[in-house]
Amino acid sequence: MMDEPAKTKREVTFSRLLGFRELGIIIFIVLISVLIGIRNPRFLTWSNFHDILIDTAALSVLSVGMMLVLVTGGIDLSMESVLALTGMVAGMMVKQNPQLSPLFMLILGLLLGGLLGSITGLIVAKGRVVPIIATLSMMYIYRGITFIISGGKWINAYEMPDSFKGIATERFLGLSKLIYIVLVVYVVFYYFVNYTHTGRKIYAVGSNVEAARVIGINTEFITWLVYAISGALSGLAGVMWVARYASAQNDTASGFVMTIVAACVLGGVSITGGVGTVSGVLLGSITVGIINNALPMIRVSPFWKMALQGLIILVAAIVNIAIARNMEKSQLKRRTI
Amino acid sequence: MKYRNSLSNRKLNIVFKWEWLLVILIIGISIVNGRLSPHFWSYTGIMDSLAVFLEKGFMVLSMTLVLIIGDIDISVASIVALSSVLMAMSYKLGLPMAVAILVALATGAGCGYLNGLLISLVPGLSAIIVTLAGSSIYRGIAYILLGDQAIGGFPSWYSYLAWGYVGKTNIPFVMVVFVGCAIIYGLLLHRTAWGRKVYAMGINPVAARFSGVPIAQMKQIIFTLNGLMAGIAAIFLTSKLGSSRPNIATGYELEVIAIAVLGGVSPSGGKGGIVGVCLALILMRLLRYGMGLVNVPGQVMMVIIGIVLVGVVMLPNIFSSRGGKRRTKEIQ
Repeated sequence: MMDEPAKTKREVTFSRLLGFRELGIIIFIVLISVLIGIRNPRFLTWSNFHDILIDTAALSVLSVGMMLVLVTGGIDLSMESVLALTGMVAGMMVKQNPQLSPLFMLILGLLLGGLLGSITGLIVAKGRVVPIIATLSMMYIYRGITFIISGGKWINAYEMPDSFKGIATERFLGLSKLIYIVLVVYVVFYYFVNYTHTGRKIYAVGSNVEAARVIGINTEFITWLVYAISGALSGLAGVMWVARYASAQNDTASGFVMTIVAACVLGGVSITGGVGTVSGVLLGSITVGIINNALPMIRVSPFWKMALQGLIILVAAIVNIAIARNMEKSQLKRRTI
Repeated sequence: MKYRNSLSNRKLNIVFKWEWLLVILIIGISIVNGRLSPHFWSYTGIMDSLAVFLEKGFMVLSMTLVLIIGDIDISVASIVALSSVLMAMSYKLGLPMAVAILVALATGAGCGYLNGLLISLVPGLSAIIVTLAGSSIYRGIAYILLGDQAIGGFPSWYSYLAWGYVGKTNIPFVMVVFVGCAIIYGLLLHRTAWGRKVYAMGINPVAARFSGVPIAQMKQIIFTLNGLMAGIAAIFLTSKLGSSRPNIATGYELEVIAIAVLGGVSPSGGKGGIVGVCLALILMRLLRYGMGLVNVPGQVMMVIIGIVLVGVVMLPNIFSSRGGKRRTKEIQ
């Protein structure tokens, strides 16, 4: 922000250090896997690895949406409630019309989630409400609407057709269909974020809103867009979630937003905006997935999960800041020489 | 900046208007409530219904300071849970109840201190991320300690805190404590140099730092106060409920922030006062009371509170953006 002329040079080091950071996460994943594998050999089996991937599927889709919002300098706490609301709507629909195709349900999830997210986006972009206040409110509003439309009832496994549950249970080439959905999402967003104008504009808005506005970027549109996308991905994740756990409840994914933020921050996304990569977020999600999967395996009570996640967010955020500051220092040193 | 001279005057005007609006709303909702229930217009009815709501009031007072300096604390609900659980556990471990109450206060203040320490010690670490992580950590610790159990069976005098009346009068004890706290906060914020510094931090933190406001120290104090008030809220809430569980006070952060914002505190900092916030507290209670009379479920109340919060923040923004556009047009 202070040294505009050094921007290009700084960006180069940024990408190099982020690469370094991703290597760090990979080493961390390998290390933690080996340690847990020693305590419980079942952890290092292919079927367990596949389980981790299935369990992480919804999380990794959600983290992409959260990453885009965080990159603009905002935060979207409402994702977990959009997930629950869309999941509930999807569950109620397949209960009444079992002939609906799974693909249709997934697209419906995207659209409904996108609609909910764009309402949040309008409030933030046009209503100029601070993101944390807007999304905190929407979190409770959407959660309440979930409760209202369901009348407080659950949708259980036996009420869902096998074709719908097949989104999670059916396999293609040995892998669950959920994993293919994640792959598609990541390929699309890798391209979107890195190779399209709109994608790059998101980073511009996050690095410096004023500068972005001056060079003619419609910052309001970009802000709206990231919330709409995070809503759409939450909706998609909602359908995936309900199919995976074969039940739609009122408190589905309650408190899950912590997990999403943890995955993003672990993946190197900066809370203050402007920094974050799709590949980093994927690694962050897998790390969180591994930790969540490993806790019961090494006989840690599930009650530890909540505190641990908060701790991960805090430590990862501090590490991110330390890395960024070190980088700036080395930058300054190089300039004086 | 241009309007510097008239700034304080103008601001005072706006505050006055907003508070009158709250008074009108309070009267309006009271009339509706009176129509809905014949028991509404009774001294004990109003006093008791306010008293059971006041534990949130304690949190609102200090949240006002946090919002005025332009920060936010979403960990308060979790601090309430942890303070309550630690208090209950230390009582179960054989400590006298009075000491257990001190434990709750210390826990609250400690958590708040930790928030403040991290925010002021690590530059670039925003209050949002610290308190978000904190909300997971503090409630998480409560879960680690207590699991899905509950602790009850406190001494009988403890329930006096939430349900008792002062002496032979019928003024609830909580009410007296709350009014005391409100007066202290009001004086602190509106009648001391320290209070002016709080506003200065919210209006322009850079200018405040250059004019010698110890930003880090102030933040430290304000977040510690916020934790302490959450500790006080935990004492009264646990006394009201009669037992302690790790999942108490879920969603309080939304309501506390909503009340403060409804009271005229701007979440972007620099605006608001204790009088408005206290009026908003009464308004929110009456709103909830009325919704309770027509059998609105708790989840739906959260929807309405959320809409109120977003609406209150959004409406002035929309109007001011119009005004701003007009002004730029005039200049052109």
